[in-house]
Amino acid sequence: MAEEPDDRKPLLSKKIDKFFTGLADAWNFVKRFFQEVLFPPYEFKEVIHQCYRIGVESLPLISLTGFIVGVVFTNQSRPSLSEFGAASWLPSLISIAVVRAMGPLVTALIAAGKVGSSIGAEIGSMKVTEQIDAMEVSATNPFKFLVVTRVLATTFMIPLLVMYTDFVALMGSFLSVNKNEMVSMTTFFVQVFESITFLDITSSLFKSVLFGFTIGIVGCYKGYNSSKGTEGVGRAANAAVVMAMFLIFIEELLVLQIVNAIRGS
Amino acid sequence: MNQQEKVVEIKDLRKSFGDLKVLQGVDLDLFNEEILVVLGKSGSGKSVLIKIMVGLLTQDSGSMKVFGQEIAQLKKKPLNAMRLRIGFSFQSSALYDSMTVRENMEFPLVRNEKNLSRKEIDRRIEELLDSVGLPQTINQLPSELSGGQKKRIGVARTLILNPDIMLYDEPTAGLDPITCVDINNLILDVREQYKTSSIVITHDLTCAKQTGDRMAVLLDGQFKSVGTFNEVFPNAEDERVKSFYDYNFINS
Repeated sequence: MAEEPDDRKPLLSKKIDKFFTGLADAWNFVKRFFQEVLFPPYEFKEVIHQCYRIGVESLPLISLTGFIVGVVFTNQSRPSLSEFGAASWLPSLISIAVVRAMGPLVTALIAAGKVGSSIGAEIGSMKVTEQIDAMEVSATNPFKFLVVTRVLATTFMIPLLVMYTDFVALMGSFLSVNKNEMVSMTTFFVQVFESITFLDITSSLFKSVLFGFTIGIVGCYKGYNSSKGTEGVGRAANAAVVMAMFLIFIEELLVLQIVNAIRGS
Repeated sequence: MNQQEKVVEIKDLRKSFGDLKVLQGVDLDLFNEEILVVLGKSGSGKSVLIKIMVGLLTQDSGSMKVFGQEIAQLKKKPLNAMRLRIGFSFQSSALYDSMTVRENMEFPLVRNEKNLSRKEIDRRIEELLDSVGLPQTINQLPSELSGGQKKRIGVARTLILNPDIMLYDEPTAGLDPITCVDINNLILDVREQYKTSSIVITHDLTCAKQTGDRMAVLLDGQFKSVGTFNEVFPNAEDERVKSFYDYNFINS
């Protein structure tokens, strides 16, 4: 629906009111997503198209970053472990670090930058050029076509990308370990799978789903609510990245606390 | 439906944005198969008026009836059914820029007429592109089209749902004079071919003169003069209406 200016008079101060009304708007946006996702019509074709854009088109960047993370982290950890004669623990250390934290975090941060900003900018420019209004007046639900499809796509694809990043990072680590410690692939991966637990994998997947949802919903929210003009599109893209990254770190912290509590019990 | 029948009835319509009063008691009727031109300066509320008509905005008070139904009171489903009867051609054309012309045309059609075969969809798209004179653009992206072509495709996309009313928001804005004439002819052709009633929002008096059966000049949030071109212009009593005419036809 076309943007109507906010006529509400401030209750406290303008900034505090803006903060709380912003929170309420964001909450309503998330609520609307869950209302719309359940009921037909379903835009399956568009979900698949977005999955391709988000997943497949991110592969080169994710591959390179994941590989570098694996190699660099292994090379950085080696001197410290060698000092204690514990260089043979490298595969265990790397696998725990990659699966529990680095894989999901690195993937989510890269996706927030690449996918989140593109969603924010795309929907923002559609808003500014009245394309969203055009969908609305042709009796098509733009929220369903633009928001629901993109959020579903990020929620499905980020966990897959995380698993892929984990694999590529471990391969990078293996190459480094193989070159320096002469460890075979079998030995390396036996050690990797002995170190990680079922909880590590499930918590990593849970986090990835959460990160994917966050990247999608924040990008869409910022784009959908961008103010008029090209400046607004730029701001929407920028805010989508910053806000998504901020929330990803908060979620990482919260999930860590929950997982530690489960692990401790 | 005969030509004296009202398709749109607007009574005492008011709309404000904060302290800015845009529409302050608008009264207007649109008759069947009529082309009504709404003239006014930028920011005078012309576009607001037609956005209320399709439910993109809601009035503060007053009545906006389309085919006898109060738009503001329609729930989601009947509002969408009403929207299918009203075609809206946007000032910016609002073509979906990630889609080709074919996909743009297909988008509203496949979502609103579910039982159409691929053959029928293609036939309708090709027929409409022919009628706006742009069959060769079918596989092009909006970024590859000129401003005039975008406007025509925008109109074609709107017509694909066979609307009864066409709303044109600044159809000639930003176009060269020759393309403006083409667009004006297109507006007349659409009425002729599809028997639509139309509202044309513009501040281009040449467009108004060429296309409009009646003119309505929006000043201070109200329609000051309504009538045929010769009734409203050139001997307008209101100084501002007169200056509007003078600026378009004498000064330029």
